Amino acid sequence: MAIISEDDCRTIMKKALSYSKANECEISFSGSDSGNIRYARNSVSTSGFISQTNMVISSAYGKKLGIVTTNEYDDASIEKAVRLSETLAQFAPENPEFVSFLGPQTYSPPSKTFDADTAAITPAMRTDKVSESLQIAKDNKLIAAGYLQNSASFSSMMNSHGLFAYFTGTDASFSITLRTEDGQGSGYSTKDYNAVSKLDTLNFTKTAAQKATRSAGAKAIEPGKYTVILEPAAGIVLLEQLYGGLDARTADEGRSFLSKTGGKTKLGDKLVDERINIYSDPSNPELPTGSWAGDGRPQEKISWIEKGVLKNLTYSRYWAQKQGVKGIPSPDSIIMDGTDATLEDLIKGTEKGILVTRLWYIRPVDPQTLLYTGLTRDGTFYIENGQIKFPIKNMRFNESPVIMLNNLDALGKPERTVSGESFSSALIPPMRIKEFTFTSLSDAV
Amino acid sequence: MNRKNFLYLTGMGFGATMLNRIPVFGSPLIQGTAMRNVDIAMKKQMADVALNAARSKGATYTDVRIGRYLNQYVVTRENKVENIVDTESYGMGIRVIANGCWGFAATDKLDTDSIAKAAQMAVAIAKENARIQTEPVQLIPQKGYGEVSWKTPIVKNGFDVPVKDKTDLLLAVNDAALKGGANYVNSIIFLVNEQKYFASTDGSYIDQDIHRIWPVFSVTKIDEKTGQFETRQSLSAPRGMGYEYLIPKESDKIKGLTTLYRDSYDMLEDARAAAPQVAEKIKAKSVEAGKYDLVLDPSHLWLTIHESVGHPSELDRVLGYEANFAGTSFLTLDKWKSGKFNFGSPQVNIVADKLQPGSLGAVGYDDEGVETKKWDIIKDGILVNYQAIRDQAHILGLKESQGCCYADNWSDVQFQRMPNISLQPGPTPLAPDEMIKNVEKGIYIIGDSSFSIDQQRYNFQFSGQLYYEIKNGKIVGMLNDVAYQSNTQEFWNSCTAVCDKNDYRLGGSFFDGKGQPEQVSAVSHGSSTAHFKGVNVINTKRKI
Repeated sequence: MAIISEDDCRTIMKKALSYSKANECEISFSGSDSGNIRYARNSVSTSGFISQTNMVISSAYGKKLGIVTTNEYDDASIEKAVRLSETLAQFAPENPEFVSFLGPQTYSPPSKTFDADTAAITPAMRTDKVSESLQIAKDNKLIAAGYLQNSASFSSMMNSHGLFAYFTGTDASFSITLRTEDGQGSGYSTKDYNAVSKLDTLNFTKTAAQKATRSAGAKAIEPGKYTVILEPAAGIVLLEQLYGGLDARTADEGRSFLSKTGGKTKLGDKLVDERINIYSDPSNPELPTGSWAGDGRPQEKISWIEKGVLKNLTYSRYWAQKQGVKGIPSPDSIIMDGTDATLEDLIKGTEKGILVTRLWYIRPVDPQTLLYTGLTRDGTFYIENGQIKFPIKNMRFNESPVIMLNNLDALGKPERTVSGESFSSALIPPMRIKEFTFTSLSDAV
Repeated sequence: MNRKNFLYLTGMGFGATMLNRIPVFGSPLIQGTAMRNVDIAMKKQMADVALNAARSKGATYTDVRIGRYLNQYVVTRENKVENIVDTESYGMGIRVIANGCWGFAATDKLDTDSIAKAAQMAVAIAKENARIQTEPVQLIPQKGYGEVSWKTPIVKNGFDVPVKDKTDLLLAVNDAALKGGANYVNSIIFLVNEQKYFASTDGSYIDQDIHRIWPVFSVTKIDEKTGQFETRQSLSAPRGMGYEYLIPKESDKIKGLTTLYRDSYDMLEDARAAAPQVAEKIKAKSVEAGKYDLVLDPSHLWLTIHESVGHPSELDRVLGYEANFAGTSFLTLDKWKSGKFNFGSPQVNIVADKLQPGSLGAVGYDDEGVETKKWDIIKDGILVNYQAIRDQAHILGLKESQGCCYADNWSDVQFQRMPNISLQPGPTPLAPDEMIKNVEKGIYIIGDSSFSIDQQRYNFQFSGQLYYEIKNGKIVGMLNDVAYQSNTQEFWNSCTAVCDKNDYRLGGSFFDGKGQPEQVSAVSHGSSTAHFKGVNVINTKRKI
């Protein structure tokens, strides 16, 4: 079992610090147990289990830093690793951007990131869940390919300035693609939670099955600008490019979509539609995350975009110090406000448009405008007069999330989703967007 | 590390943020111990513990991979050394077949008890999964090789080169770019060393020492008046070589609009060229969308080959094993069986090659103990083969695996990964200059950039680093905002000529992503400059 208790972490890291002779020393100690099962062609393909722990020791003399790792925790091994990190620091080149380790921090009480049942999942339980999912595929004469994964992890840090932080978390994630036997239809569903009890693999498989069956026999429509409804699993892969690009340094340096001439940035400017509110909140019960960042800074509730206005940028500790601001670290995940409207409500309110289940192979085209390209996949449907009329062939888009959020038409009710590109979780609504730019047709199903 | 991180790396134009996103496969390494290979007798002993433990629990086949994966990243920007990261990941992965089903477990605790427990866990997982298995694993026979070894034939081990030499080089590169007028420059040297030991119940004990290197930079220029910024990335290639790749030889240079490199790279010279080019790029004409002939340099074409030929000819994708993530393939088995599927024009000959010296995919044996080889994928434009591993070979009627099995770490299960996939040079003498002379309206593209392709590998879009407009056989100036979109079969059928072997060079991917959980692999793609008729080009300029 790789989960080590807070007390035991404290003891082992105190021991490591007691050996330190450097100006400052910081210890990170983490580990995880994780298991997975993968299936395709209606049968299991590969699966696995891995257990590992790791201690990282950072010693600093002035702006010279030495880092060493070990996974042996007897006194002699730890002392040897500490000594070695000190030797390395003394020989290292000075890093002008090195910032002294943080002192004691106050963190919010931990949110419910750890679920004991999820940590206790056995191979048999994974197999049982997959078995249920496979049955849906067989009942609907569909071909299933899916992936179920669970993990339990801990991380902790302590330094010679008195900082201590500890975190435990669990994760259970599932994704499923069902295809018709003739390969003409494909449907997808994915979810990710801290607690496996919420991971209704049966229901998610049913959603994918419905999409697979309905998507067969797709018609081609002419590429161009269309109103689209992006389901959360589709929207997240574009949204994350926006909030992943909030780095202050890049913006200050003039090489970001958030840069303006003369060394200025768009901080405080209205960036997108005024109905857009994006924030992070480690204590949100639907999306609990850690209360501290990897460098020891607290993770707090932060507004990133409020009523369409850019409210905050993320800072490394070095850049915050240089600019003389309180630097905020990058969030672990984001939340976007919505409305009470269901996905069905959004469809009903659409005169002509396209329902998108999933976007795929998202790649940057122009960082100046945050232009991205990618394609629809696994369930793309044409909507007319508030109803899904017929499946359509997949299309390539070239669009910027900034332009997309300026062309906002309507928002639905936020739900937890996971990016199929970065595997990050988020709590976002389905979005109806006007004039979304499709540039070519794809034959892929 | 995954495909996404590859994106971050290739998206170096984003500047400093990329430095937070550099992949770390393992933990920081105790420097100076990199070459302390684990004793081979001890590895055999540990492997036998796993083989015996799995057998005693009912495994009918077992293989063991003891891996020590070393990485070094030297990271600089402008006049600063930002980071020197050494990582090591050491442990054992045990794969078994029990009740006809695969099982896998991995551990970084390499005492006898922990190894035996991991082996037991692998067997337990296999037996659980066998309950829901419909197709028992059919493993094509593989002879045991006994105790053998293989090493990447490097001249100079990059891990032996003092870090100072690397930082000195990178800071000189940065200085050259800044003196040339760049506002910012980031540069990195990546080094990888896989010390892999494979043992199986077939009787193989294979020790391999594999090296890779990738020097890369990104130069950024900002127009102060307009705020417009552009980047130009290095024209290097990741290689299965030692530090000798960074010792430039004049004979490896191809002089032209910009110098291009064969088997050694002059990083300093490339940085000197990049600074004025990025300034020119800002002022370059925005392309008019439409049909153009494309002349694609190998520094660009490798990625198009990778995405549109390499991935669709992976047999696991064809069969549906990647349907939930990376996707399936339009190159279905019926097309191969027909023996006449017209993948490309007769000029298109594409080979799979795990033997090619200096390539990223070259190893002696794959990660399931199969000696590597070379074979045709596309012959005279026709699809003739795929890429397969031991549990797939029977589907193609093969008597042995093609040796394409790989895992990126001891902690992940091995599966089918792409061998080097390369376009063969044209048989008749032809240089890029002569090729350009025959183009009426076209674009000459150098370097790779944005890339995206659908899940069955039909529709793709690619961009480059440098675009030159061709009018009536002559280069008339630089273009910007270019991306081309096409359909794989249509594109390769529009290939009218490939330059000769003197122009042949390798490009490649250091971080190709696939699988769940996602794994990376490194793979090279060679070609000579090639000409494609009438490809759809879009203008990517937008306003926010």
